[in-house]
Amino acid sequence: MNLELIQNLLPLALALTLAVAVPAAMMILSALLGPKHDTQTKLSTYECGIQGPAIEGDARHHFNVKFYLIAMCFLVFDVEVVFLFPWAVLFQKMAWGGFFSMVAFLGVLAFGWYYLLKRGAFEWE
Amino acid sequence: MLTGENIVQLVSGLLHWAYAQAGISSLAGVIDPIISAVVMFGFIAVFVMFLVWMERKVSAHMQSRIGPNRVGPLGLLQTVADAIKLTIKEDVKPVNRDKVPYFIAPIVAFVATFMGMVVIPFDKGVVVQDLNVGILYIIAITGFTVIAILTAGWSSNNKYALLGGFRSAAQIISYEVSLVLSVVPIIMITGTLSLSGIVEYQKQAGYWFILPQIVAFLIFITSATAEANRAPFDIPEAESELIGGFHTEYSGVKFAMFFLGEYIAVVVSSAVAVTLFLGGWLPLPYLDFLHIPGFVWFLAKLLLVIYLIMAFRWTFPRLRVDQLMDFGWKVLIPISIINILATAVVWFCLYGKGAQ
Amino acid sequence: MIETVLFYILAAALIGFGLMVITRTNPIASAMAMVGAFAGLAGLYAMLNARFLSIIQILVYAGGIMVLVIFVIMLLNLEPEDLQRMRAKGFVVLLALIGVGAAIVSPMLFCVIPNKDWANGSVSPEFGSMASVGAKMFADHLFPFEILSLVLLTAVVGALVLAKRKL
Repeated sequence: MNLELIQNLLPLALALTLAVAVPAAMMILSALLGPKHDTQTKLSTYECGIQGPAIEGDARHHFNVKFYLIAMCFLVFDVEVVFLFPWAVLFQKMAWGGFFSMVAFLGVLAFGWYYLLKRGAFEWE
Repeated sequence: MLTGENIVQLVSGLLHWAYAQAGISSLAGVIDPIISAVVMFGFIAVFVMFLVWMERKVSAHMQSRIGPNRVGPLGLLQTVADAIKLTIKEDVKPVNRDKVPYFIAPIVAFVATFMGMVVIPFDKGVVVQDLNVGILYIIAITGFTVIAILTAGWSSNNKYALLGGFRSAAQIISYEVSLVLSVVPIIMITGTLSLSGIVEYQKQAGYWFILPQIVAFLIFITSATAEANRAPFDIPEAESELIGGFHTEYSGVKFAMFFLGEYIAVVVSSAVAVTLFLGGWLPLPYLDFLHIPGFVWFLAKLLLVIYLIMAFRWTFPRLRVDQLMDFGWKVLIPISIINILATAVVWFCLYGKGAQ
Repeated sequence: MIETVLFYILAAALIGFGLMVITRTNPIASAMAMVGAFAGLAGLYAMLNARFLSIIQILVYAGGIMVLVIFVIMLLNLEPEDLQRMRAKGFVVLLALIGVGAAIVSPMLFCVIPNKDWANGSVSPEFGSMASVGAKMFADHLFPFEILSLVLLTAVVGALVLAKRKL
């Protein structure tokens, strides 16, 4: 086992533990110690004084598929970005050869981007 | 000479002497990181309180108001009072919530941004943990915010909250791509992902990356503002439309966690901007004879960038949702990809012959 | 010592979160548990010196794919009764899958792993770093890398066709 690696990981793990424990403890403490004057109205869903089916009732309705499309586009471009990082680190060593292989990669994706643009995937109706 | 590195050495020397006295020297590898994490935690808490005060003062000045001025000198303790108020408030739990996700979401929102702070170098050697994948680590770990926001919106079972959560998430992921793309040119030039390494490169090169990479800097600041859901990109929380956005149903400490998380997100992205583009802890050119410690320079630059982001809020009108999506996908992403390719070509023209 | 403790903590978290993914009735709670499982897996990757992989695990899986999964859960919004019905059916499928999985994994578990010489398993510090992964990718595996762009293109087109019925 690589000692240097553990020295890198351990502080992160400890910081993570601290960062989880403190807010959780604060939230639990505040819930235990704070005043409790629960009423039916106070605990009901906040509707900002607006009545009617548009605001009240169960919030979980079917949602615009638009959001799915945005998430899918994001995922594709996210994966693309992931490949850019090792390329960027090696960019100076690989010179033109690496450059053109990345241009080919980005070119195909630029076509995908153009397709999305023309099909109106980025339009928000 | 007083530098951040010297202070760290002094403190760690004292600590190790104390360990030896207490007979726990073998545990130094565990206690040291805990202490540095606690220090970072304390710093963040105080700094964010200061930022909230600063934001209110800046807003007030821009609107010809006075701002907080009652609690403490210049109202400096106003945020402390607010924090105490939030912690002793009643914990209102709406009946229709999903219990576990509703509880976990604020913790995730806080942890995701706080964990980004631990790799930020405040001065040479003054960092909780310098990672050799530093910048990518920050991008990855702050990505958890989206999940926190979506979960918060969903588990509140409130239409305003759910819609706010959806819009927030869509906005964050739209601008995440251009944010990450704007970092790539810096890595191409330096060949390293370590934040300290990037600052060292700027020291040796003698210039800050804001000069050759001004386009990347502008893209980064814009995307960072959008990622933090701050005005003019604050549609998800537009008070006049969606009340509080995804945290409508949250109150007390749970709300404080989201609030804290948002401010830490601003601090993290400003700190990354300072490190990547403004030379981190390096002094201003021609001013290094003053021997001002590096972390003072770092904090000064950090406050400058944060002030810039705060000033945006009162300078630009809020965007519409369609303008927001248009700007992210049709403008920023193509520009940042062109910027990467242009950087590559310019680099080849300048240094291409000597490469290999 | 420390690495053993870290390993067991991460492994326990991974298994615990994995179990929560399939036992929670609330789909969002399952999704959150899955995020936790991915984080645990990323920690294990990092312990194996695969820094790039561990970052990617968080960036792409926890940050990208899980957001998509949560969106899909919210879009479908199945009623608890539907879930109950599907669960009963899914249980049989799950058992069958576990059987097949065990059949595939068990030879590896009982024959391959005990017979391999693990003492020589140490790697160079460079292994798994950004540069070495990149060097492999852009030198030895350049063609699959370029093909990948086509796969991503297909994903874009497929998503658009699914989301927009009338083009």
